[in-house]
Amino acid sequence: MSTIVVVGDIASQPDGSTMISKSSLCAIQAAGEFAATTGGGAVHLLLIGQGAHSAAARLSGSTVAKVYWYDAPAVARYRAPTYASVVVAAMKQIGADTLFCGASSTGKDLAPCVAALLDAGQASDIIGVNPDGTLRRPMYAGDVIADVEITTAAKVVTVRASAFAPAPTSGGAALVEELLSVGELPERGEVVGYELSASERPELSSAAVVVSGGRAVGSAENFEKVIYPLADVLGAAVGASRAAVDSGYAPNDWQVGQTGKVVAPQLYVAVGISGAIQHLAGMKDSKVIVAINKDPEAPIFEVATYGLVADLFEATPALTTAIQGVKG
Amino acid sequence: MKILVPIKRVPDYAVKVKVAADGSRIETDGIKWIANPFDEIAVEEALRLKEAGVATEVVVVTIGPEAAEQQLRYGMAMGADSGLHVVFNDELDSDLASRVLAAVASRGDYPLIILGKQSIDSDANQTGQLLAMRLNRSIATFASRLTVEGGAAVVTREVDGGLETVRIPLPAVVTTDLRLNEPRYASLPGIMKAKKKPVEQLTLEQLSVSPTTAVRIRRLSLPPKRGAGRKVADVAELVRVLQEEAKVL
Ligand SMILES: Cc1cc2nc3c(=O)[nH]c(=O)nc-3n(C[C@H](O)[C@H](O)[C@H](O)COP(=O)(O)OP(=O)(O)OC[C@H]3O[C@@H](n4cnc5c(N)ncnc54)[C@H](O)[C@@H]3O)c2cc1C
Repeated sequence: MSTIVVVGDIASQPDGSTMISKSSLCAIQAAGEFAATTGGGAVHLLLIGQGAHSAAARLSGSTVAKVYWYDAPAVARYRAPTYASVVVAAMKQIGADTLFCGASSTGKDLAPCVAALLDAGQASDIIGVNPDGTLRRPMYAGDVIADVEITTAAKVVTVRASAFAPAPTSGGAALVEELLSVGELPERGEVVGYELSASERPELSSAAVVVSGGRAVGSAENFEKVIYPLADVLGAAVGASRAAVDSGYAPNDWQVGQTGKVVAPQLYVAVGISGAIQHLAGMKDSKVIVAINKDPEAPIFEVATYGLVADLFEATPALTTAIQGVKG
Repeated sequence: MKILVPIKRVPDYAVKVKVAADGSRIETDGIKWIANPFDEIAVEEALRLKEAGVATEVVVVTIGPEAAEQQLRYGMAMGADSGLHVVFNDELDSDLASRVLAAVASRGDYPLIILGKQSIDSDANQTGQLLAMRLNRSIATFASRLTVEGGAAVVTREVDGGLETVRIPLPAVVTTDLRLNEPRYASLPGIMKAKKKPVEQLTLEQLSVSPTTAVRIRRLSLPPKRGAGRKVADVAELVRVLQEEAKVL
């Protein structure tokens, strides 16, 4: 039996309040599945940092056993070594041997820091839990799926959000409790600046519809003229290929792929994207894929549910107008 | 200041890897091997720091079979001064790699270690963080900008939601993201020179590192194939199938 702590990310809402992120709810779901394979240990949640208390208070209906929260000046801003020490202190107090977190940029950064402190093996970016307790994870840009076993006593797992449903936040009865003592925390650096790519659109990793543009879109202005209007009629998040991000057409955190974000929306529209394996790694589990590309041989058509061979500068605005018509 | 840059030998990213019939391993026959692209970015950044007078020496290190010397030589052909080759033929996971690299780092004086945020074979994204924690160092992952000033590294990181800039004291570990730089190609004279640069071979025993792993691969398989799609004639047909067939509008 393993006792699991899930570390959750805190997302600020437009109204200034705070909430657990959706990818963290997916990590809770995966943790529950893993606990069941080990004979049913408890799953607890830990929220750290500014807004942890109010985000925790909203989770009394969660299906986890306890929701712990910790907020102090030392954790006002996320830093991996500091947060890792809080996590380890919490796990010791709780008697937990296993950590789960979402494979967000924070989770990817933090999890191995905890693994080092616990001498734990880590399975990264899991997409499934097998009945025998092994964990499924993609390797080689998703060309290969590995079933892996963590052989150390302590275990660390990061979870690909698109592969698990979010755990419910109502119907349970979780105790909400402040984590009191965490001991001395290391500092090792400070955050000196932020440059947030503010957007009114849905968040890319959890959006139901994603419209992505590639190198062929040609400029940031063309993203505005061609890609954004289609995204807006669909209520979609905007994504991009690496080539589009490298060329400065779109911000870095819009990159979809092996080394960017992984999405699996109901509908993914790829505009002027060739479909390199590294891009496919981030979107090929989408339910419906539409590709617009003028090259009929482009590899994106091998995964597209519907492919349209056309010039994107004609087809995309036409599609926007047609969908507007249908949606009224 | 000396900079240490780990390089991993990985299959070329343009190659579609195949799984052996019994699911135990990757078919490596005839595969083209390269230096992990993120590590190339790390070598480039170290060389730029040397060219800017911040660093004095760039040392590349790899853990792998004899053949991995090719990737080490590639780093030296780009311009690194010398190489360390930890010869190892067994299965390597992030945990073991980080323990080997920590032992290597402890034999020298490297205020800065720069390495890729992930290797494109295992896609684990762990080694840099593990290494920093094992060495009690500061860490900045996913770097898209790096400057070194007054005993600290200022690193802009690619994070969900945008960019974050941190200032971390040296000694530090920095992991590279794609936008940090565009690596130079190894020039012909560079390749010639690299042949004469010193490579020291080491073993795990010499480093007092036990060859255990923390994660074991039980089975490898291919992902489920997507059902074949089809081409539509025009925008009107596309909208119709999205509405009537896929029901996503
Ligand atoms: C280590 C590493 C990691 C990587 N990680 C990622 C990643 O996470 N995500 C990612 O996306 N890539 C990644 N890549 C890059 C990837 O290999 C490709 O280079 C990239 O995805 C190509 O982007 P693209 O499809 O926009 O551009 P291109 O491959 O140049 O494709 C452009 C497409 O547009 C089409 N086109 C041109 N003009 C028009 C027009 N007028 N109308 C319609 N179609 C048109 C062309 O036919 C072509 O198919 C990575 C590469 C490496 C080495």
